Amino acid sequence: MTQSNSKQDLLTYTVRLGDDAIILGHRLSEWVSYGPFLEEDIALGNVSLDFIGHAQMYYTYAATLSNEVGDKKAEDDFAYLRDEREFQNHIIHELPRGDFAYSVVKQLLIDLYNKHYIEELKSSNDETLSAIAAKAAKEVTYHCRRSKEWTLRLGDGTEESHLKMQRALDDLWGYTHEIFEQDELELRLVAQGIAVDSASLKDKWFDDVKAIIEQATLKLPTSEWAVRGGRAGYHTENLGHLLTEMQFVHRSFPGAKW
Amino acid sequence: MQSGNTMNIIPSKPHAQYEREQYRRNSGIPELWALLDQVKDPEIPVLSLWDIGILKDVIQQGNVVKVIITPTYSGCPAMDIITEDIQGVMDDHGIEKCLVTMQLSPAWTTDWMTEKGRNQLRNYGIAPPNDVVNGEGQELNEDTQVLCPHCGSHDTRMVSEFGSTACKSLFQCNSCEEPFDLFKHI
Repeated sequence: MTQSNSKQDLLTYTVRLGDDAIILGHRLSEWVSYGPFLEEDIALGNVSLDFIGHAQMYYTYAATLSNEVGDKKAEDDFAYLRDEREFQNHIIHELPRGDFAYSVVKQLLIDLYNKHYIEELKSSNDETLSAIAAKAAKEVTYHCRRSKEWTLRLGDGTEESHLKMQRALDDLWGYTHEIFEQDELELRLVAQGIAVDSASLKDKWFDDVKAIIEQATLKLPTSEWAVRGGRAGYHTENLGHLLTEMQFVHRSFPGAKW
Repeated sequence: MQSGNTMNIIPSKPHAQYEREQYRRNSGIPELWALLDQVKDPEIPVLSLWDIGILKDVIQQGNVVKVIITPTYSGCPAMDIITEDIQGVMDDHGIEKCLVTMQLSPAWTTDWMTEKGRNQLRNYGIAPPNDVVNGEGQELNEDTQVLCPHCGSHDTRMVSEFGSTACKSLFQCNSCEEPFDLFKHI
């Protein structure tokens, strides 16, 4: 493989990681001023900002890489000037915020995934990705703690909170399969020691999820449906709506400064 | 009122802090480091970039000065303002070209915060990370007690692990009833 193809792979992979983070970060930010109580509102805003910060680090690196392959994109171009088919985030990140139980379960599944994913990315052969992971890992630790506490409290809470948590888990389960699947591009990068071999994380993730779900008196879903396609640019209708909100100002007032 | 609690702490200097100080001392351009001491964290304007541990390095190459900083939290919105402030101070002192670079690795830790910075935080009404009663770096939970920066009491309760900025948790003192922030260990 030529060096420039290999760099193009790395660029695409970096943008994908940025896409996961920005879409989830934006989704979480929608809770601001709608949180169940003030402290929780602030906490959701904090966590949202962490993900947007991760996205910024990935996109900044992507901009550097794109200059090297002659594409000359800036970090904002990745966030604000691409359409939904160009985003390659895993679908679970774009799902609507739903009710609070839905957001809590979604975060639990994603935070526990990130716990293992980011830990592996720390030992990537790519120095910058490794540095971003080392930075993000500290935040992932308290994200996991938070999601676990809420899952236990609501799962093992009232009849209604239990019901809502179980329903959220059943509705989200089918979106967790694709986060452990890789296309040719990621496999090429795994072989070079750059990308994380996400398939190898599934058992550890499953054990973590299972332990918390059971402690929260919830049941692991047994249904077999699965939704796939995020990494190939196939999305649910939710992403388009999210991008409309997120990109509006940047597209309406190009080059605006304040 | 200061109770006796804060007096019982014997300060010990973390190794990372000692290394930072040695590095600065041996850099050979003390005037540039001193100049950068004028730049404060925009969110906590008593703390200089050095004291909070954001400032990593200053390098002079001819008439170009390179300043290397590291973000506290990934999404810290203050980094852009900090970059502008650094360039402003340099410009005011006749340094025409100043490049500010962000370095992610090694990741920032509160261990780099200086003793002076910790005292300044406390005086400003924010408990520094070492004022957690059962030890700096312990996981925060509902039993965590922190010395109140207002009255020194350790009879406090955590209101929320998350506060007004990513780096702080919200507490309230049961003695003087004042709310206060804890600068979290990370």
